[in-house]
Amino acid sequence: MSQGVGVNLQDVWIRFGDFVAVREANVDIEGGSFFSFLGPSGCGKTTILRAVSGFLEPSDGKILIGGNDMAGIGPNKRPTALIFQNLALFPLMKVWENITFSLEVQGVGAADRRKRADELLDMIALAGQGDKLPSELSGGQKQRVAIARALCASPDVLLLDEPLSALDLKLRQHMRTELRQIQQRVGITFIYITHDQGEALTMSDNVAVMRHGIIDQIADGQSIYDDPATPFVASFVGENNVFRGKVKSIENGMAIISTNRTGDLHARVGTSARETMKVGDKAMIFIRPEALSIAETNSASNHRIKALVTNEEFEGQAYNVFLEGGEGKEIKMSLVNQGKIRQSSMGKDMFLEYDPEQSIVLPEGELANE
Amino acid sequence: MKRTGFMSEFFERNGLALGLYLLLAVGFWVFILILLPQLSMLDFSFRHHLPPPEMGGPKDVYTLEHYKFLVLGAQGADSSYNAVDLGVFVRTLLAALFVTLLDLALCYPLAYYLGQSNGGGFVRVLVLLLIIPYWVNEILRAFAFRIIFGDSGVINELLISMGMIGSPIDFIRENVALYSGLGYAYILLMIFPIYNVIESLDRNQIEAARDMGAPWWRIHWRVVIPYAKPGISSGCTMVFMLTAGALAAPQILGGPSSLWFTQIIYQWFNQGGNWPRGAAYAIVLLIVCIFIVLSMMRLFKVKMGDIGK
Repeated sequence: MSQGVGVNLQDVWIRFGDFVAVREANVDIEGGSFFSFLGPSGCGKTTILRAVSGFLEPSDGKILIGGNDMAGIGPNKRPTALIFQNLALFPLMKVWENITFSLEVQGVGAADRRKRADELLDMIALAGQGDKLPSELSGGQKQRVAIARALCASPDVLLLDEPLSALDLKLRQHMRTELRQIQQRVGITFIYITHDQGEALTMSDNVAVMRHGIIDQIADGQSIYDDPATPFVASFVGENNVFRGKVKSIENGMAIISTNRTGDLHARVGTSARETMKVGDKAMIFIRPEALSIAETNSASNHRIKALVTNEEFEGQAYNVFLEGGEGKEIKMSLVNQGKIRQSSMGKDMFLEYDPEQSIVLPEGELANE
Repeated sequence: MKRTGFMSEFFERNGLALGLYLLLAVGFWVFILILLPQLSMLDFSFRHHLPPPEMGGPKDVYTLEHYKFLVLGAQGADSSYNAVDLGVFVRTLLAALFVTLLDLALCYPLAYYLGQSNGGGFVRVLVLLLIIPYWVNEILRAFAFRIIFGDSGVINELLISMGMIGSPIDFIRENVALYSGLGYAYILLMIFPIYNVIESLDRNQIEAARDMGAPWWRIHWRVVIPYAKPGISSGCTMVFMLTAGALAAPQILGGPSSLWFTQIIYQWFNQGGNWPRGAAYAIVLLIVCIFIVLSMMRLFKVKMGDIGK
């Protein structure tokens, strides 16, 4: 397989009048990798995609595809193919004509196009459906036709704008796996836009997390989840319990934070704050629900939080226990369902234990959905 | 059985009063206002032109004489067919076709712009600007065109003052005024059906085609026009039918040598007082126009149901 063509954004700014949609984006996307932009709606991720595909020009900065500056090159001249959120299949063309439209544009004869369409239909497991109209296909099938149509042009970079968002949950999870497999098979660069962190984490080699036009962090999925760079990333990707406090001491990358309601908490300083965090700074500690456990009754550990159980719910694979004691919000703890009947502890005080290595402290900042 | 089921469901849904009103209104519209007059015209066209006392008498029998007259001309004339009337007939249809294509060429880009720009307020102003001139009645508009295109009209004055021509051009004689007037008269009926269809076209489809390397003309040829076809055919049908049947504009704007077929029909009805012949001519015009529209629809693979959209 080819090495793939990389995409670079260098100091890219995109403004609409006074509104800054993208602020100083610097992204290096490795050729042949699966790269996701993850963020809430309105964070500028679609704007970046449109700039890479050529539908709009950055106000400042450069976009390079395969090392070539794309300034002034229109979408029809770029080695990119875009899959739209609503797929944008042509409703009046048959499936095979849809798939090979890019070849039609290049002047390829009908017989050759039909042949190529049949190959691609085989690949997406829709053999023999070429003469149908898009409206006669199911949601998942349309999805696959859109992918085949985009791949038919043999693009160097495939751009996907939340193409799975219209599908139901089961199909969406299935399509994630399928997309990842297709990407590995064709070996070209995929740039994927999504607000769904599950999609971003499962499929991508690297993820860029965005908010208000700013890229907060670019890293692989596990680093994003385990070592978020900002409070926004920590609270947007996955669930997190937030505790606020002041830094009391820092030693060897571990900090002690004094909080009002939960006493002193021990936590690892996030990599992004290693150099800058000082004693006395306002800080936020993030502990994931699955990193909490019920403390052994006679445990002498000082990594404990005492809190009142206010609610319990059964989710199938896990029990969620909600406790009073966080900052404003309740604390959530997830316990893996091990098939044992659990005694309810509603209304009782409970000691929770946490692992300081899995607790991240970051300088105070904006949280998601505040 | 099925029919009564449909009827009772119709009344159940709308109530007796509203249901009756709807049935009567539609019935009145279709039978009294459309079918009956047309049928009586058809009847007229097959009768002899007789003075009133002889109507209903023994001489009042069905005949094809008026249809024959349109094709063959008066008996004993020098030519073996009615060259004048047939010539006007064919010229009228060709001119109507020309006006239709002219309107289509003018309206498609405009309708595309209006339909695809989500400019909001600005587009609404544009649409309003298109509609308001139609508050002015047809006669006034036609005479306004006559003034604009006249020897000392705005256009000639402008061209002369710019030094592009030495003496005024006779736009009336050259039929420029007529085609402009006819083209303008029904232009809205072309714009709005196309605009309505294109407005519902997903912009992403255009962008998708562009992304796949299509130049603008191919985007229109393969994506926009096929989608807009129902609107285009609906607009073309209306403009063609109404232009071929127009009377005021040809009367006012037509050059001295050009006659519109409707003017001949009008003459038979009015000056000639020969209603059966006028009716026959009108029926032929109607049927040929319907035939042309239906064959065009077949040629461009448009279904009747699409036009209603």
